[in-house]
Amino acid sequence: MIGAGKIKQYSNILEKPLSKGKQEVSLSAFAFLFSELVQYNQTQVDNISELERRLEDAGYAVGARVLELLCHRDKGNRRETRLLGILSFVHSTVWKVLFGKVADSLEKGTEHEDEYMISEKDLLVNKFISVPKDMGTFNCGAFVAGIVRGVLDGAGFPAVVTAHFVPMEGLQRPRTTILIKFAEEVLQREARLG
Amino acid sequence: MTSTACFIIVSRNDIPIYEAEVGSAAKREDAAQLHQFILHAALDIVQDLAWTTSAMFLKAIDRFNDLVVSVYVTAGHILYIYRTDLHMS
Repeated sequence: MIGAGKIKQYSNILEKPLSKGKQEVSLSAFAFLFSELVQYNQTQVDNISELERRLEDAGYAVGARVLELLCHRDKGNRRETRLLGILSFVHSTVWKVLFGKVADSLEKGTEHEDEYMISEKDLLVNKFISVPKDMGTFNCGAFVAGIVRGVLDGAGFPAVVTAHFVPMEGLQRPRTTILIKFAEEVLQREARLG
Repeated sequence: MTSTACFIIVSRNDIPIYEAEVGSAAKREDAAQLHQFILHAALDIVQDLAWTTSAMFLKAIDRFNDLVVSVYVTAGHILYIYRTDLHMS
């Protein structure tokens, strides 16, 4: 067989390297799909807390899968066992793969030991969504909060994750903050590991 | 030479997902139960050990007579537990 360049033929599918996959997806396609997801869930529920919970559950499934995939693809088969490790993993690697850039900031809460916040000036899922006044404090960032919860839960750091709007002066739209509150056992284990 | 190995995939909530016996020896009923018992005993050891290291493959974490247990832990704490005979190494 004569060929200008021969692609290496893998006899066994297990020996193929893990492909990088398509790096980019059409933004408008995603915005359309996400708006349909929100609208579909809106027809199924009566109140906004139920709607937020459904979006979070959808995100949880994404988070659980993203954790396994990124660990093999980007981190060269090393698990995260420490709190700061998994937080910086979420803040940089997960954000980079999902949104194309690292998150704006990662902060530790001042009032409680177990609270951490990831902030983003313009969260992708909130970019094209306007919340009507009668929906109150509903935040579509609940989807991203679900993704973060899926990643943390899968790695063994159970936490309650919520999304909040934080108004900032100088910015037209409020900043979105993902608030992570770890369960008691996580802090105990961290203290034990030293 | 008889060589058996037992392979179990366990989810993060300690629920076995997959189980397989590999080997050339004739299957004995009592041996199968013993193998399962060993693997379940290894679960406790794995769960403690998994938090001490960020490596994924933990080799030979437990021994029982001449049976060696090794485990591969994924990021989502799914355990691939493998038990071999010692002289197989």
